Amino acid sequence: MISTTILTAAVLLLTILLALPLGRYMHHVYAGDRFWATRLMGPVERGLYRITGVSADQEMGWKRYAVALLIFNLIGGVFLYALLLAQGALPLNPLHFVGVQGGSAFNTAASFITNTNWQDYSGGSTMSYLSQMLGLTVQNFLSAATGITIVLPIIRAIARHKTKDLGNFWVDMTRTVLYVLLPLSALFALILMEQGVVQTLTGEVRADLIAPFISGGKTILHQIMHVGPVASQEAIMMLGNNGGGFFNMNDAHPFENPTALTNFLETLAMILIPSALVFMFGHMAKARRTAWAIMISMLLLFIPLTLVSQHYELAGNPVLTQLGISQANTASLAGGGNMEGVEDRIGAGATALFATLATATSTGAANGAYDSLMPLSGGVNLFMMQLGEVVFGGVGSGLATFLAFMIFAVFLGGLMVGRTPEFLGKKIESFEIKMTSLSILVMPLLVLIGTAIAVTTVAGRAGVFNPGAHGFSEMLYAVTSPANNNGSAFGGLSSNTRFYNLLTGMCMLLGRYWTYLPLLALAGALVEKKKIPAGSGTLTTYTPIFIGLTVGVILLVGALNFFPALALGPIAEQLAPISTLTH
Amino acid sequence: MESTYHKHAASPINWKDQGRGALWDSFGMLSPRRQLRNPVMFVVYVGSWLLLALFFHDLVVRNGEALFTGVIDLWLWLTLIFANFAEALAERQGEAQANSLRQSRQEVTAKKLSKPVRDASYKEVPGASLRSGDFVLIEAGDLVPTDGEAVAGVAAVDESAITGESAPVIRESGGDRSAVTGGTRVISDWLIIRVTQEAGHTFLDKMIAMVEGAARRKTPNEIALSILLVVLTLVFLVVTVTLFPFSWYSVHYASHSGSVISLTVLVALLVCLIPTTIGALLPAIGIAGIVRLLQSNVVATSGRAIEAAGDVDILLLDKTGTITYGNRSAAAFYPVLAVTQETLAQAARRASLADETPEGKSIVMLAEKHYPQSRETLPPEAQLIPFTAETRMSGVDWNGQQLRKGSPDAMKLWVQTLGGTWPMDLDGVVQKIAGDGATPLVVSSGATVLGAIELRDIVKADIKSRFAELRAMGIRTVMVTGDNPLTAAAIAAEAGVDDYLAEAKPETKLARIREYQNEGYMVAMTGDGTNDSPALAQADVGLCMASGTQAAREASNMVDMDSNPTKLLEIVQIGKQLLMTRGALTTFSVANDVAKYFAIIPAAFVSTYPQLSALNIMDLSSPTHAIMAAVIFNALIIPFLIPLALKGIKFRADSAQHILRRNVWIYGLGGIIAPFIFIKLIDMLLVVL
Repeated sequence: MISTTILTAAVLLLTILLALPLGRYMHHVYAGDRFWATRLMGPVERGLYRITGVSADQEMGWKRYAVALLIFNLIGGVFLYALLLAQGALPLNPLHFVGVQGGSAFNTAASFITNTNWQDYSGGSTMSYLSQMLGLTVQNFLSAATGITIVLPIIRAIARHKTKDLGNFWVDMTRTVLYVLLPLSALFALILMEQGVVQTLTGEVRADLIAPFISGGKTILHQIMHVGPVASQEAIMMLGNNGGGFFNMNDAHPFENPTALTNFLETLAMILIPSALVFMFGHMAKARRTAWAIMISMLLLFIPLTLVSQHYELAGNPVLTQLGISQANTASLAGGGNMEGVEDRIGAGATALFATLATATSTGAANGAYDSLMPLSGGVNLFMMQLGEVVFGGVGSGLATFLAFMIFAVFLGGLMVGRTPEFLGKKIESFEIKMTSLSILVMPLLVLIGTAIAVTTVAGRAGVFNPGAHGFSEMLYAVTSPANNNGSAFGGLSSNTRFYNLLTGMCMLLGRYWTYLPLLALAGALVEKKKIPAGSGTLTTYTPIFIGLTVGVILLVGALNFFPALALGPIAEQLAPISTLTH
Repeated sequence: MESTYHKHAASPINWKDQGRGALWDSFGMLSPRRQLRNPVMFVVYVGSWLLLALFFHDLVVRNGEALFTGVIDLWLWLTLIFANFAEALAERQGEAQANSLRQSRQEVTAKKLSKPVRDASYKEVPGASLRSGDFVLIEAGDLVPTDGEAVAGVAAVDESAITGESAPVIRESGGDRSAVTGGTRVISDWLIIRVTQEAGHTFLDKMIAMVEGAARRKTPNEIALSILLVVLTLVFLVVTVTLFPFSWYSVHYASHSGSVISLTVLVALLVCLIPTTIGALLPAIGIAGIVRLLQSNVVATSGRAIEAAGDVDILLLDKTGTITYGNRSAAAFYPVLAVTQETLAQAARRASLADETPEGKSIVMLAEKHYPQSRETLPPEAQLIPFTAETRMSGVDWNGQQLRKGSPDAMKLWVQTLGGTWPMDLDGVVQKIAGDGATPLVVSSGATVLGAIELRDIVKADIKSRFAELRAMGIRTVMVTGDNPLTAAAIAAEAGVDDYLAEAKPETKLARIREYQNEGYMVAMTGDGTNDSPALAQADVGLCMASGTQAAREASNMVDMDSNPTKLLEIVQIGKQLLMTRGALTTFSVANDVAKYFAIIPAAFVSTYPQLSALNIMDLSSPTHAIMAAVIFNALIIPFLIPLALKGIKFRADSAQHILRRNVWIYGLGGIIAPFIFIKLIDMLLVVL
């Protein structure tokens, strides 16, 4: 437990230390300041605008911004869909994979444009290199950048007043990719390659086995291993909170995550940009103390939940304990604890930390089998997502949703201090509450109704392999993850069926656009309002009590929506008496 | 100035009678149309009918569920009755308050003349009964009952209550100085006016409409809150509806034991989860805000204005009447060269003995304070020279001595007419007094000028601490006065206001309000003169004195029946308290859900997963008792909180931070903990029964 705690503290501390300068850097980037980065990349940026005909200083209102975002995503989705269908006839397909099936192609396209990266396929054995690089990796960048373009107008709406201008979508998109995602992931990919993550266009590698074995009467001497351009995709999939692994095993695969250092860095990479965005918000909205309040709120939500998850993982499986099997914390047992589905080189504690961060952010990557987590640890995964992906959350989208929750907290708090609620000087009135509610309402409805459909239909139940409460958890997870654009899979559920492709595909699309379009409308309304100067009568958004209120609101909304469902899934499973499990 | 209208004590709330009436009302309010107006309670309404049908079904099929369903349904109906009762009680209180206010208005009397002649007979009638075209005689000391036009006579009128100017103005028939304003006071001579504006009840009528159900419109914050409540209701509806398939799956596919959650339990869970507490009390809270306003004799023309009062950042307060007492008092004597202080004081005292105005009395008091030995009374043969609008001086002819006091320029004219000289050093003294923020009066004996008296505004005793309170709440005060900047600065410093607006004219007031609003502040002001109307209309909260002109009333959104400008401070408190009560009870209502989950979820699923009894942390006696206890708590909390909703939560002038901390602890944390205790207690009672 102690070493896991140190690991957790190190990851969080180092992230904050790196996020502080990154946040300031991003603030300069989006403000259009001239500094060393623009001297370096400025000509490329201007060149792109010249080619595409974008007039960089033309600002957009919320509707134009939203339309640009939707069209851009739609084109990206249609292109990816077509690419996947046609990959068999296209080059860079050394393993000669056929075109992806229609339902799966729709699901994958929806998944990658919404930054969900839910994978109903096995990456290494389905996708050609062209699909991986031109389709998936490109969307890894663009969907992450789209996430940031969602939050930028909201921040500007708070920073600016009495205008309609919320920024230019094309400029925000270009700058995100050019100044933030490309350089960071290039750097990160290099580090990963140094650590042994593969990066090649060769199709497969043949290795002589050290210990040949006999299978089906044949002596097996060699092993064929898929390789490919892994490091480049790995870098952006962690930094951009995509989480769609090159291989089906995701970060449990030694070619994606070979060492303790890569595991540490990949864990950190998930929350780097979401944290930096919080500090960027502080600079842009001139509300640095509120930014710290957001960071502290996120930590207050994250730390206890991850500790619960780590505790149950390290305590090990009670059934094994009863059978007298040691799960002790020793080096020979790779740190001990619940080792089912855990990589020896990573250990149970680091897997639990990774799992909670992957579900707290919208990364959805996995360095172990989430289906094998202890029931409550799996429940923590579910709950992290069901909080609305606000604990760090997805790149951009997480902060956007957090701000929506903050508006709720401000509304309650504002009323309680006897003033019309105002958030950083902007009055929160009925339109704002309407849009915020609409945004926060969508996810629980999708999850609850989606799961209800899954449990009541034959097609939904057909995918379940596990009996008991665990089977229910699997279905709940399979809807929760796409609806929150997380993309992590619990496994244990065959989700590549027409039913689940359609259900999860719809959840991803609705969960993304229905959640964030109202927030853009909210930005459109906020930006036109005048800024009310703060006084001692106004609610300050960085006091401990307000942080408590915000955390309380987030927890309460999450718990009230999902407590009954969680009770029938992970809670019932965790509480099950051991006697009923052993036979 | 203090109110001279009949001040009626706020009628005490008669809980017993109003409660009985409200109870009857609450049954009448069970119609679907009425219930539909409150979406949260409408869900309970539908649930109640549903369970009633189920109850009869259970009775017919004899499945043993009838008792449980019946009990739950009974408490659902009670929940509705309690909610209706809260609203009905608030309505009744509002009506009672408005009626008593209406009665008090009629007690203002006026001397109604049969014809517009000074000597014509008059009849004393209630001011409210005056109709347009009636003639009214107003003599020195009388209040002008309503707006009108002078048709005969000339008089000095104290309009300080309206304009803030302490100096009286001349009103006479004919010309452009003929308009008189209700609530002003004639201080010398007399006037006959023709009534131009009836002192109607329009404001009260509007107010009553705001209280009564049919015409009540929701205020902006109420709308925003209602949206939030509807959204919560919708989410919980989906939570409970989807719980049925979840339970069905768990029973049939996962656990293979127990029974699927029943409709009764689902409805009970839904009603417990949706924010019924705040949903039931929300209308009552809003009405109670209006009632509290009425209790302090303020009539609002819209609920929006009450809410806006809570948001006010800047108060524009008239100096006279609000910050200082309406009348100035003598502060010091300044004799000219060769005159002793005592001579001046003596002369000033004598000249003022017959002067009944507060200023005159204060001169007498000051003289007696300095020279208590000389207290001779007015000799019977002394001839009084009253203050008139023409001469602008007053005094007495005392044993052949012509003692006069008046404004410096009037006195200069008087002395020079008598052939006297105006002392060179007096101009300096007069200027010095004016420069210090006071008013000089010159005293003469015959043609000899004796010196000057300093009349000073007296800042109200407790006003400085109230401004400090306001500052702690984040509200700035700005003093508005017609005085010159020097005078204004002196009084502003003494009263502790944050800023002042000197030599204020209606245009400058309006400009200043716009300036503040452009900076993003919300501004409240008081006023009553017609020329205040644009500023009153521009201000976010405009409080008009009952004595104000019709135009001013229409421009403002509140009217103070006591004509007491200090009321603005009270109104701000009421506005804040209204929002605080709503916020606190919403937080409380939502926080309650945690405990209800811990009561109902284990009870509902324990047959499927026996291990879920571990979630029964309250150790409730049985599943049916647990669900009943939650539903009973959910119903009983409404009447329990009615007094809080009607009185408003405790208000303290404090910074937002402290208020938030207090309320989050009490209503947030308290809202989580309290139901655990009460549900357990109800469960223990159920066991005993």
